[in-house]
Amino acid sequence: MLDPIISVKYMVAGYAVILVIIPAYLVSLLLRWRALKRRLQDLEDVAGKK
Amino acid sequence: MKPQSTALKILTVLSSLLFLAALVMVFFFTPLEETMNYVQKVFYFHISNAWVGMLGFMAAAVAGIAYLVSHDRKWDILEMAAIEISLIFFLIAIMLGSIWARPVWNTWWTWDPRLTTAAIVELIYLACLLLRQGIDDPDRRARFSAVYTLIGSLSVPITFLSIRLFRTIHPVVIGNNDANGQGSFAMTKPMLVTMFFCLLTFSVIFVTLLWHRVRLENLTVAVEERQMEIL
Repeated sequence: MLDPIISVKYMVAGYAVILVIIPAYLVSLLLRWRALKRRLQDLEDVAGKK
Repeated sequence: MKPQSTALKILTVLSSLLFLAALVMVFFFTPLEETMNYVQKVFYFHISNAWVGMLGFMAAAVAGIAYLVSHDRKWDILEMAAIEISLIFFLIAIMLGSIWARPVWNTWWTWDPRLTTAAIVELIYLACLLLRQGIDDPDRRARFSAVYTLIGSLSVPITFLSIRLFRTIHPVVIGNNDANGQGSFAMTKPMLVTMFFCLLTFSVIFVTLLWHRVRLENLTVAVEERQMEIL
């Protein structure tokens, strides 16, 4: 049987991986969305000036 | 660009709630496994991430076929989105497997058939996304991706079946009859229920993320097209 303290440490490490990578991906989606919206707005401004 | 639909908003909220419910089930509903105890709780999310990873790679292959038949760019967008999300989930599955293996197998990594084929799948699809970047013409890029994904999808069933076809230390979870598997355990009913709940949860999360990623790519296309009109 595994030592419960060691076992808990690996369990925490496992869930930390999930709770870091998935939110990081969500943030990357959000940042890319905002950057594209800003880019589209800039293009509309350029088109307006032309 | 259309605003976010009500269905997508509902799906996003549902995904969050299901994820929280899955965590509650894993920590408060499932019993502690006798030999591995706490670290075994990684299993539920390990298998769910591997499932949606493989599901997404196969969905990408289907989208690739649809593109080759129809030459409609929406299938290329769907294919690329499915690959990107699946890469994230499959990476998590590999990392969780490695963390679980350390106390149970006494190693972070071994060149076992399942682990090796899983690593190859991850690299095949990572290469697909990288190689796509090198092709400027959208039609050529989509055609290349479709053919590449179709051929690459052969690696997915090989990975899935590797624990059944080859001698391996990776346990067989469904229909467990492998004496070589190290870290296998008898599934009780609460464990089984939780496993299927997690599989459902991650399937819903996958669909939600896929929808969001497709919207993002549609916005990218809209920006590119507007840029071509202006410049």
